Amino acid sequence: MSDLDAFRAEVRAWLEANCPPEMREPIRDEDDVCWGGRNFKFKNAAQKQWLDACAAKGYTVPDWPKPYGGAGLTAEQTKILKQEMKRIKARSPLDSFGIWMLGPALLQFGTEEQKVQYLNPIARGEIRWCQGYSEPGSGSDLVSLQTFGEDKGDHWVVNGSKIWTSYADKADWIFCLVRTDKANKYQGITFMLFDMESKGVTTKPILLISGNSPFCETFFDDVEVPKTQYVGEINRGWDVAKYLLGHEREMISGGGAGGDMVSIGGAFAKAFGKNAAGELDDPILRAEMAAFDVDVFAYRAMGERFMDMWKTGRAHPASSNMMKYVGTELNKRRHELVMSGGGSDALEWDSEATKGGARPRAWLRTKANSIEGGTSEVMLNVIAKRILDLPGA
Amino acid sequence: MPLYHNDDQAMLKDSVAPFMTEQAPVSHLRKLRDGADATGFSRDLWVQFTEMGLPGMLVPEAHGGLGMGHMEAGIVLEEIGRNLTPSPFLATSVGAVAALAKAGGTQAGRWLPAIASGEAIVALAIDEGAKHRPDRIATTATRAGNGFRLDGRKSFVLHGHVADMSIVAARTDGGITLFAVPRDAKGVTADPRRLVDSSLASHVTFDGVELDADAVIGEVDAGGDILDALLAATRTGAAAEMVGVGQGAMDMTVTYLKERKQFGKLIGEFQGLQHRAAHLYGEMEVARATVMKAQQLLDEGSEGAKLMVSVAKAKAGRAANLAVREGVQMHGGIGMTDEYDIGLYMKRDRALAEYMGDVHYHIDQVARMNGY
Ligand SMILES: Cc1cc2nc3c(=O)[nH]c(=O)nc-3n(C[C@H](O)[C@H](O)[C@H](O)COP(=O)(O)OP(=O)(O)OC[C@H]3O[C@@H](n4cnc5c(N)ncnc54)[C@H](O)[C@@H]3O)c2cc1C
Ligand SMILES: Cc1cc2nc3c(=O)[nH]c(=O)nc-3n(C[C@H](O)[C@H](O)[C@H](O)COP(=O)(O)OP(=O)(O)OC[C@H]3O[C@@H](n4cnc5c(N)ncnc54)[C@H](O)[C@@H]3O)c2cc1C
Repeated sequence: MSDLDAFRAEVRAWLEANCPPEMREPIRDEDDVCWGGRNFKFKNAAQKQWLDACAAKGYTVPDWPKPYGGAGLTAEQTKILKQEMKRIKARSPLDSFGIWMLGPALLQFGTEEQKVQYLNPIARGEIRWCQGYSEPGSGSDLVSLQTFGEDKGDHWVVNGSKIWTSYADKADWIFCLVRTDKANKYQGITFMLFDMESKGVTTKPILLISGNSPFCETFFDDVEVPKTQYVGEINRGWDVAKYLLGHEREMISGGGAGGDMVSIGGAFAKAFGKNAAGELDDPILRAEMAAFDVDVFAYRAMGERFMDMWKTGRAHPASSNMMKYVGTELNKRRHELVMSGGGSDALEWDSEATKGGARPRAWLRTKANSIEGGTSEVMLNVIAKRILDLPGA
Repeated sequence: MPLYHNDDQAMLKDSVAPFMTEQAPVSHLRKLRDGADATGFSRDLWVQFTEMGLPGMLVPEAHGGLGMGHMEAGIVLEEIGRNLTPSPFLATSVGAVAALAKAGGTQAGRWLPAIASGEAIVALAIDEGAKHRPDRIATTATRAGNGFRLDGRKSFVLHGHVADMSIVAARTDGGITLFAVPRDAKGVTADPRRLVDSSLASHVTFDGVELDADAVIGEVDAGGDILDALLAATRTGAAAEMVGVGQGAMDMTVTYLKERKQFGKLIGEFQGLQHRAAHLYGEMEVARATVMKAQQLLDEGSEGAKLMVSVAKAKAGRAANLAVREGVQMHGGIGMTDEYDIGLYMKRDRALAEYMGDVHYHIDQVARMNGY
């Protein structure tokens, strides 16, 4: 037995012993997702038990080094762990911006002290982070951001506002882009970290077209940030910000694979019934769903290849932009088909039978996929410039 | 196994890629075409292929080949696609070898070593109409004496007029049987037709062709699995070649965007073109990953291979088609000229798209395999 086979056997046994049956059920709603944090309310004991077991083993962040709360797994081992979790339909023990975004940035740019201090609570699900990038006047053109940190010797005093800050009202800390040099556009931004309970921080939820309000306007009114709480170098936060965006885009791209829905046509065949030839009984929708399925199976292969290359440093550094573009456009197409497949049932907004309008709300939510973390148009600009090297892009 | 080329495969690519661009670039195709070549490929080039061991890549070592897999064959096919190189590699060294190796027996012992040594060209006689419908084979092989009598008509048989042997799928009493039919068998007529991409494909008629019992590849009535192996290998190979065609077209087009000026600017500065080129890049990357996954699953003998092969043929078909269409469009007027290569890519893509099932056929297969 090869080392990897042995590892697979070990993982399989560990998962069998540690993953509670409730955590092998499909995610039904937002409450089923474990975000962690100081104020997180576990839905049930199994959710907490699963988080604790994984955190103790380093499996919330399997490929992070052990001193920072990970399991120190190689890319190949991590892939095996993911495969084995998928095999038993295990839920992700912990989802968070800390894992997806801040963690990779700290691993790359943080000091040893910062890594120990910030990464372990992320890995254990103790501190939940939010992302303070976008501002009312600075969306796609993020580098034009105006939130300002005035230098007061040993600390900054931050004033300004952010917008679209996902879960700002639930997060414990924020990683935040703050202008610290007004004369220098790219080299005048500092990547700061501070507690959302700091004096002067307020949040105001924004209601979305889905009827949910997962994100906020965030205001900073003379917020004091100690001059130890920044990542990378002062005024060079843009480098950190861009690196983090690469990871954010990689994470968002994952939605394209479609989670539990292996085949959309397969999933809807029962609802529609089949004709005598055994085909879904709506030929044009069948054709559209089949064409979509081809793109999804293809995208899963792309996801596998991308991760294999990304985790081993073989991928083009800008390739997560391509993944995000393709994956989010695919997910939007999926939910258009889910709505078509659902017919008038899928229009119901709050009935019990539709779990409170789960389908239309999810459909509307996906429209943000190609906006959040950088729009599709921006992804195409980046591909044109950094990968295809087109002039003036 | 990770979904990228390992060191050996990267080395293979490093030797095949320059070989193809030096020995068989697009100008090689033009020369054959303009000289009204009647073979459909260059025998001299096939000798060079043989010196590199390419014809026998997939042939098991016991039969004199290299015993490599579809991932390796795909590397060669991608370069063939990128250079529009005419050759019998796909039909002979991929499709025929997959069938013979799966079947084993007399015919495998006879033909596999001959393929590996570059001596034998083998054609695949599967389709019977303008569209790929392997489930509707009407060619019949009826028992006669100690052997069979073959009657029917096949179409789209690449290299059919020059192949030393054709693998013919025919209906027998209890199912499908594959036969090895030598070119000189009495009653075989090949009518080669020049296709849009300058290749030659034959309509082949079998009129009471008498075959010995040992002409059967594998077992009588049990040709279904062997045919499946042949189809899976050929479809995956065609998909790999299309990735090469699409990539070649895309590279040429992106280069052109950086050279051509209009409105006082390089046309690559226009966002209307940038976004389309970037979209195409994504589609090509996805197609490449998909084809690699199909190759990997075939090499592993995985159950999931069949599905992924259809996905790969469909996805590569869509992506390469987009590449050649955008390629011609973004070249403007010169894209319409015979002098520029981009049109040749469009033509080859069209032929490969039809070969062994088009996009629509394979999308339908994916639906069936998923129970709808
Ligand atoms: C659900 C959701 C969650 C989010 N969460 C967060 C968060 O947690 N933290 C955070 O900081 N931000 C968050 N965002 C904000 C997100 O990053 C921005 O919405 C995004 O970057 C786009 O900025 P904008 O909304 O200002 O749109 P704009 O930049 O104003 O864009 C408007 C339109 O113009 C197009 N456009 C702009 N520039 C170009 C160009 N150069 N070429 C072609 N087209 C162009 C865009 O593609 C878009 O279609 C979130 C957004 C959403 C929808
Ligand atoms: C079959 C045929 C018959 C023709 N007959 C005639 C004729 O009888 N008389 C005659 O005078 N001409 C004729 N033409 C020429 C035709 O009008 C030009 O080919 C056409 O105007 C495009 O110019 P171009 O070929 O130089 O392409 P280019 O202008 O170089 O364009 C190359 C690519 O760049 C794109 N592009 C260019 N500028 C922009 C921009 N600002 N924004 C976005 N994309 C841009 C184009 O859309 C194209 O995809 C003919 C062409 C063909 C193919």
